[in-house]
Amino acid sequence: MNAKGLAAFALVLAALPLMGGDYYVNLGSQILIAAVFALSLNLLVGYGGLTSLGHAAYMGVSAYVSGWLFLKFGMGHLASAPIALLFTTAMAALFGLIALRASGIGFLMITLALGQVLWGLAFRWVTVTNGDNGLSGLTRPAPFGINLDGAHAFYWFTLIVFAVSFACIIAFANSPFGAVLRGTRDQPRRMAALGHNVWLVRYVTFITAGFWAAVSGLLFVWYHKFIHPHALGLTNSAETLLMVIAGGSGTLAGPIVGAAIVVLLKNYVSAFVERWTMLLGFVFLVIVLFMPDGLVPGVKRLWERFSGQRPKEPRA
Amino acid sequence: MTLALDVTGLAKSFGGLPATNDVSLAIEPGERRLIIGPNGAGKTTLFNLITGDLPADAGSIKLFGEEVVRLRTDQRAQLGLARTFQIITLFPKDTLAHNVVLSLLARTPARWHAFTPLAARRDLYARARAVLAGVGLADSAERPLAQVSYGEKRRVEIAMALAQSPKLLLLDEPLAGLSMEERQTVQALLAAIPRDITIIMIEHDMDTALAFAERITLLHYGKVIVEGTRAEVVAHPRTREVYLGA
Repeated sequence: MNAKGLAAFALVLAALPLMGGDYYVNLGSQILIAAVFALSLNLLVGYGGLTSLGHAAYMGVSAYVSGWLFLKFGMGHLASAPIALLFTTAMAALFGLIALRASGIGFLMITLALGQVLWGLAFRWVTVTNGDNGLSGLTRPAPFGINLDGAHAFYWFTLIVFAVSFACIIAFANSPFGAVLRGTRDQPRRMAALGHNVWLVRYVTFITAGFWAAVSGLLFVWYHKFIHPHALGLTNSAETLLMVIAGGSGTLAGPIVGAAIVVLLKNYVSAFVERWTMLLGFVFLVIVLFMPDGLVPGVKRLWERFSGQRPKEPRA
Repeated sequence: MTLALDVTGLAKSFGGLPATNDVSLAIEPGERRLIIGPNGAGKTTLFNLITGDLPADAGSIKLFGEEVVRLRTDQRAQLGLARTFQIITLFPKDTLAHNVVLSLLARTPARWHAFTPLAARRDLYARARAVLAGVGLADSAERPLAQVSYGEKRRVEIAMALAQSPKLLLLDEPLAGLSMEERQTVQALLAAIPRDITIIMIEHDMDTALAFAERITLLHYGKVIVEGTRAEVVAHPRTREVYLGA
């Protein structure tokens, strides 16, 4: 993503709460939360070439840990948030050992299985998770005494967390490690022959992706003040994979665009169209048919062709 | 003096079919060794066993005196082993310079840096361009690999290996598919590699290969049939039998 695009994007995000009412501001928060989650998955899928169908596990576990610590011990957010992040990242370190015994379809199946185990656990381990009723009565944090219960305040808070996450992920993608990671995606054999430890590179990425998913999980549980096994489930994992692929995997802007599309369809369009999942499927189909590498690269190509045909028009 | 490569009793079978059968090789430091043999003789399999791409069923591989048969491919590479691939294995969307930078990164702890931009490492790109200049590709350094010719890609393969200043270099048919002119370019390039790099080469182009190597190993059905100096191997009756079917 170039500097101009980034500036325009920042402007839209900053202008949103000034223009829209609470409903739209909340939609904005949800998009940003989904975007952090999709960005974390993109590290694996887009940059690592490791398609995971169990990424919701890290979002969900971080949310559950944070909620459980509050309900069980009345722990404050300042303590529960780092514990949730640490616990989830440690879990990613453990699951990575199992999942990275394979790559390709094997990796996908193992991540799917691990995710479903946690989903089942969330349903059945009622004493901790409250089963199908979920954990409710949770609160939002109040950093520096600022109440985040209002839609606008929470949006700004989410925007800051999103901005920090996005900045770190941009740095990650452009770093030497990011280049090596893309190398292991494209030519793992060559990378090993050069002396790169392909497994360790993937493992570090797996843990990093788990960490950022945990960050999105905290935002998620703070936004909803509620957590249900659904957040851990396959639907959540698949929906996020859809965001990454539809937006453009392996691009920085793609997962954000994908997150916006899915969240808008799910929350906004579903108010007008009852069968919104059908619409989502249709949108996804169109994207995959006409822009197989995703919306962001696809539109970029269209734009280049379009502006190439009319050289007089100013280029953006 | 420790051998550059000391292989003893190396074996590998695929489903009961031996691809490498009790192979022993002793390569002196600085040596140029040619491995020849008909198709299916197990030449590339032998390379894959030495690099660790394939696990050996039995035998020992010592790299500069160190047993490496249980080490991973990347660990062996870190000991100074580099290779080129018979089928070009590069990064087509990236520039030639970036391809070489990936090779240079493997030799620096900076490859684990996840917060500093790679583009800021001008030193790495400068070194990559210098290495590319060394194989006559200075002008193409900023072009995507997909846009350069097959012969130039072959040279990038060699540049990526040389960028690491390896101690032992395995060249798997570096001349395959090249035109007469390109052959001469690559040949000159290989001849110019300093003697502190030991080279083992698989090659079918006999004129080039024989001019390049001092010692030759002939493989057939995974076994070492003949080994010796150029003259010995060429004159050996088994060589004629295997190659000419006479």
